[in-house]
Amino acid sequence: MPTFVYMTRCDGCGQCVDICPSDIMHIDKGLRRAYNIEPNMCWECYSCVKACPHHAIDVRGYADFAPLGHSVRVHRDEEQGTIAWRIKFRNGKKDMDLLAPITTVPWGTGFPNLAAASAPSGDMRNSQLLFNEPKYVRMDEGDLHTLKSNGLKLKAGVYY
Amino acid sequence: MGYKTIIEDDIDILVAGAGLGGTGAAFEARYWGQNKKIVIAEKANIDRSGAVAQGLYAINCYMGTRFGENNPEDHVRYARIDLMGMVREDLAFDMARHVDSAVHQFEEWGLPIMRNAKTGAYLREGRWQIMIHGESYKPIVAEAAKKSADKVFNRICVTHLLMDESKENRIAGAVGFNVRTGNYHVFKSKTVICGAGGASNIFKPRSVGEGAGRVWYAPWSSGSAYGLMIEAGAKMTQMENRIVLARFKDGYGPVGAYFLHLKTYTQNAYGEEYESKWFPALQEMVGKEYLDPEVSHRTHRPIPTCLRNHAIIQEVNAGRGPIHMVTMEAFQDPHLEEIGWHNFLGMTVGQAVLWAATDVDPKYENPELTTSEPYVMGSHATGCGAWCSGPEDVSPEEYFWGYNRMTTIEGLFGAGDAVGGTPHAFSSGSFTEGRLAAKAACKYIDDGKAEGIRVSDEQINRRREEIYKPLETYTVYSNEVVAGSVNPNFINPRQGLDRLQKLMDEYCGGFGVNYMTNDKLLNIGLKKMAILGEDLEKVAASDIHELLRAWELKHRFLTSESVFHHTLFRKETRWPGYYYRGDAMKVDDENWHVLTVSRRDPKTGEYTMEKAPLYHLVGDEES
Repeated sequence: MPTFVYMTRCDGCGQCVDICPSDIMHIDKGLRRAYNIEPNMCWECYSCVKACPHHAIDVRGYADFAPLGHSVRVHRDEEQGTIAWRIKFRNGKKDMDLLAPITTVPWGTGFPNLAAASAPSGDMRNSQLLFNEPKYVRMDEGDLHTLKSNGLKLKAGVYY
Repeated sequence: MGYKTIIEDDIDILVAGAGLGGTGAAFEARYWGQNKKIVIAEKANIDRSGAVAQGLYAINCYMGTRFGENNPEDHVRYARIDLMGMVREDLAFDMARHVDSAVHQFEEWGLPIMRNAKTGAYLREGRWQIMIHGESYKPIVAEAAKKSADKVFNRICVTHLLMDESKENRIAGAVGFNVRTGNYHVFKSKTVICGAGGASNIFKPRSVGEGAGRVWYAPWSSGSAYGLMIEAGAKMTQMENRIVLARFKDGYGPVGAYFLHLKTYTQNAYGEEYESKWFPALQEMVGKEYLDPEVSHRTHRPIPTCLRNHAIIQEVNAGRGPIHMVTMEAFQDPHLEEIGWHNFLGMTVGQAVLWAATDVDPKYENPELTTSEPYVMGSHATGCGAWCSGPEDVSPEEYFWGYNRMTTIEGLFGAGDAVGGTPHAFSSGSFTEGRLAAKAACKYIDDGKAEGIRVSDEQINRRREEIYKPLETYTVYSNEVVAGSVNPNFINPRQGLDRLQKLMDEYCGGFGVNYMTNDKLLNIGLKKMAILGEDLEKVAASDIHELLRAWELKHRFLTSESVFHHTLFRKETRWPGYYYRGDAMKVDDENWHVLTVSRRDPKTGEYTMEKAPLYHLVGDEES
């Protein structure tokens, strides 16, 4: 399913070039539009398809095992916090719409600012705790699990 | 060549590669080092980089301690049996006791985690897996990392680590180049946390053309975690422990949710259960301790992943393939059918594309499964990676040298695929390892261990020359021929990769030889690898993009060489179904109930191999 770009929809904005994890979406210098320069290094991850503001990028199944005539389209909306998919089979018998959430909070919020968090105490530095712990690491109000607290030993030898 | 040299100096913590491990490191480092300079160097764009770029539909490592579900030691025992005993249990225990706090933070950041309506706990897919709507998993954790980092350098391919010249075996930063501008980047840093990835595409893939990119692990996972650390002389462990995946054919779509949540199961081409008939002979090979279907049935002890692969491989070889996933029952339930499709869209869209292209509707047809080509990585059901120190309150002395997740190079830490012996970390565990490494790296600096680091201009210039050499080679020799890609003076990165994959497949146990190798094949393979190494000095790149592929190839090569040495060293068949040593077809606990540790001498390229003791977590009452 390497990606390809529709000539009439692409305006060469470069969003796909910015996001592609495999560095294979490049701008053709003559046409000033994007294209996939190395289809056999494409994972069909859809990062570029999702990022394209004009839905100019689509996917055609890998020629060595996928027949023509199918379609899997997507619209990802950070403001709505959703992703919408449409899957169409080659034989036209199946046509599915699927919707899923991508976040539960307004996009880009909800992250702690650790530079402004109260600095860890010396005790905490010398402990095994990480930021925000022991919150959520135990059922009770206890501390982090240790070998001692869990009645364990590390022994050399053959154990199964 | 007119590329600029751009130096970033006075870095405290350099994160090299920001997938789940690297983002965890950058995020956590800010808490322990509020005034420290934290810099990320990432090959792609951290919003969509690493193995989770595409998203995930499950988090496969979550204890649920908060909900009274599992203790860390339960997870360690699970990883132990799945990996046929070969786990660094101190590291696994440490990861498992922290992993829940990472997952709960993901939820606070907006990651949609499904809940069990009855209990209020997270919805379980299996004992360890929870279900998420994780299309935006990576962009969400990337935001957290960006908020903590002073600077993020996207599109930097890190090629080498820098070494301190005032103290032997101490890290001093890293170098690389920008894959867009071509500029040379130097990062001088007190510590480096290696968050780079494991290796896809080092064994010949089953796909033959365009589909070569539809590998199970991301094609951009170029083994750089190993290439960088091996080249610098770090000790590695368990590099023979490559993984083979039983997945939906061609698309390599995930099967976890199908088995665990949708309750689908497998059968052979003739509709028969096939697994149990291979188990008696397999039990002869591995021993009752590792395979006892009765005990597994009674106690729900899992049957190791590799052994289930073995049954598939044997059944197909016996002429009763393909193996099918029986989906036609589960998919009659519209809710389960929807989950089946969402599962692909959330993490392997290509499988949905393939079924749409081939009109495979799992409601009316049971799809084919296959066993993949092998992969070398350290966070799924396998544990390749660097030999790292564990935490001081858990690790025995052979596993501890001062700082958690520090490799055998001072100041060089690892997370995710980079850390060896820690299988079953997956996304959440890799992020957690990054957090642990970050805290330890801050302590290392605060303890004064990074004082007086010196990097000469000679080292910086030498690396610069090395990095651009493939461009130089191309410039010098390309006009010697009329046109085309055939040149007597060089090979291009694709040609080199093809050669590497063929060599790994045929001599190191790829799918093409049914995962079989032996000492003779491995020794021949190593000779051919040495010559490939010489030819890689002559790899040529016609532009900056090809230069990226050239360096990825060099990292894949170093990874592969290590896999060869480790596979030769461990004279037994520890993981039937992952690979077989034809000259030693049994599990040999008397001699090989140990971890394998290697070091490549950076000056000579010579390998030394050693055995390290294997410690197991046992209850007080068992000892």
